[in-house]
Amino acid sequence: MKLYIQLAWRNLWRNKRRTLIAVSSVFFAVFFSVVMRSMQKGSYDYMIYTSVSTFTGYIQVHGKEFWDKRSLDQSMTIEPSIVQQFRKIPHVTAVVPRLESFSLISYGSATKVASVVGIDPEHEDQMTNLKSKLTSGTYLADTSQGILLAEGLAKVLKVSVGDSIVLYGQGFQGTTAAALMPVTGVVKFNLPNLNTSLIYISLPTAQWLFSAPDRITSLSFMIDNIRHLKSTTRNISALTDSRYEVMTWDKMMPELVQYIEADNSSGIIMLLILYVVIGFGIFATVMMLTNERIREYGVLISVGMKKARLIFVTILETIFISFMGVISGSIASLPIIFYYIKNPIVLTGKTAEVMLSFGFEPILPFNISAGMFLEQIYTVLIIALFSAIYPYVFIRKLKPVKALRG
Amino acid sequence: MPLIELKKICKTYSETKVPVEALRDVDLEIEKGEFSAIVGPSGSGKTTALNIIGGLDDPTSGQIIVDGHDISTLKKDEMINFRLHHIGFVFQAYNLIPVFTARENVEFIMLLQKISKEEREKRAIELLTAVGLADRIDSRPSELSGGQQQRVAVARALASHPSFVLADEPTANLDSKSAISLLELMEVLNHEYGMTFVFSTHDSRVIKRAHRVITLVDGMIASDVLNTSAHEN
Repeated sequence: MKLYIQLAWRNLWRNKRRTLIAVSSVFFAVFFSVVMRSMQKGSYDYMIYTSVSTFTGYIQVHGKEFWDKRSLDQSMTIEPSIVQQFRKIPHVTAVVPRLESFSLISYGSATKVASVVGIDPEHEDQMTNLKSKLTSGTYLADTSQGILLAEGLAKVLKVSVGDSIVLYGQGFQGTTAAALMPVTGVVKFNLPNLNTSLIYISLPTAQWLFSAPDRITSLSFMIDNIRHLKSTTRNISALTDSRYEVMTWDKMMPELVQYIEADNSSGIIMLLILYVVIGFGIFATVMMLTNERIREYGVLISVGMKKARLIFVTILETIFISFMGVISGSIASLPIIFYYIKNPIVLTGKTAEVMLSFGFEPILPFNISAGMFLEQIYTVLIIALFSAIYPYVFIRKLKPVKALRG
Repeated sequence: MPLIELKKICKTYSETKVPVEALRDVDLEIEKGEFSAIVGPSGSGKTTALNIIGGLDDPTSGQIIVDGHDISTLKKDEMINFRLHHIGFVFQAYNLIPVFTARENVEFIMLLQKISKEEREKRAIELLTAVGLADRIDSRPSELSGGQQQRVAVARALASHPSFVLADEPTANLDSKSAISLLELMEVLNHEYGMTFVFSTHDSRVIKRAHRVITLVDGMIASDVLNTSAHEN
């Protein structure tokens, strides 16, 4: 085996320049595709993280049919002991209970519809950093009777901290939910939809307001890494029964999934173009390497080398070229990727404005995962094997007498 | 029993517009230990005869028995295996593997025979020493003269312990001194080890030294004579 490997390796260096050009084509294609994928995947993870940490969490547990009907009548009760077990599931970093409904809110002559969210202030902050969004007033306490009002709503209603507003809506099973509550804080969201519609109250206050003692509408989960989504979802599902439904972020935010898929498709087209470049680079080199050695192949077959072994050597040559390119391209991409992981590209101008309007910071963070490199290895290996079809067919058809004549 | 036996061998090349009869009803027997030359003008069929003896080409009709095996019935892979274990080849243009050293070139044949590394290395060094290249073992073909490369080719041909060596115009690319030196080497191998050599050649130096000269003309054996003067030498 060693001598076959030596033969293949040394054959490559008969024409250094040509081999280096072939390796370079693989190098640049891998370098650009890894960096591009790192940026794309980093951006997607960032978008997902920003979206889920703003509100939904990576995973939610609801009462059956709540997600479709969004009614307090589909709210649920859940044993504190189960919640404790959820918190102990590996990779779960936060478990956040909420009781959500809609209500009219009114101050003076102004009235608006708002989404009222009853929260556990400490756990909510752990997941959404709600406290950091406070622009005035104080954050909620566990049993606070006050309201945190989104800045956009406060402006429309012309309300400031210390004023009291009226909430009027429908509670659990058709009861009336009405209260006069003081505004204790104002929070600002980047996402305009949230900034003009949300109000937060403490969970016990919400349960009292909506006549839904001990009930919640959702239990949101944060996890340490999206890679653990499936396993964590399985673990959560294992602790729930048919009264509940477990949903992952992609089911809760299909529009985000669609956006990512559409953007990812354009990335894949770019990758395909790069792989075509790699394919032609490798194929041309393999073709030249094969054609220029016709007499040598004739000699080797004449002296007793089986064609299968000769094909094996040529495949080794192809694999060597490919992997030199893949490894060097991957190594060269690492410093760039690590630099941009630490220092994401900051966007400016219109693009930044658009991102801000969607509630995202205008940055392009990078990401790194073994999968990105494995994808390259698999793909280039497939290309290499595909390119090896040429020497395979060439050698299979080769007649030693003709080959010896060159 | 002859080492090589050609019975009524015909070879016609039909790829051209007019079919070419390269060999016509050739009957030939070569015994073990011979030092024979197949000679003749260009197009007489000597290379075709050598290719057919070596199993590199198939006859259109006839039977070839080599070392007791009817090689005309062998399948392609069996033929490759047969060549590996029974026939040594020396080519006009040396045809060494350019990226291998002299030792690796000789070893490579034994690697194909699945001989152990230690034995391969030992025999390669012995053979290269026998052909006078003990000091050029680690040289690549590009670092050797034509004569030295052809000596490596001889060592390679002998590495597999073949029953005989086929040499196609082995001296054609060599200067006089190298050619004579190579022929002397082959004679020594023939005398001392009983190795059978069959050449195809135009070279009068080879013809003079051959023990038997088979002349082909238009694909037929025109003469088959023993060279007594060469025997006496």
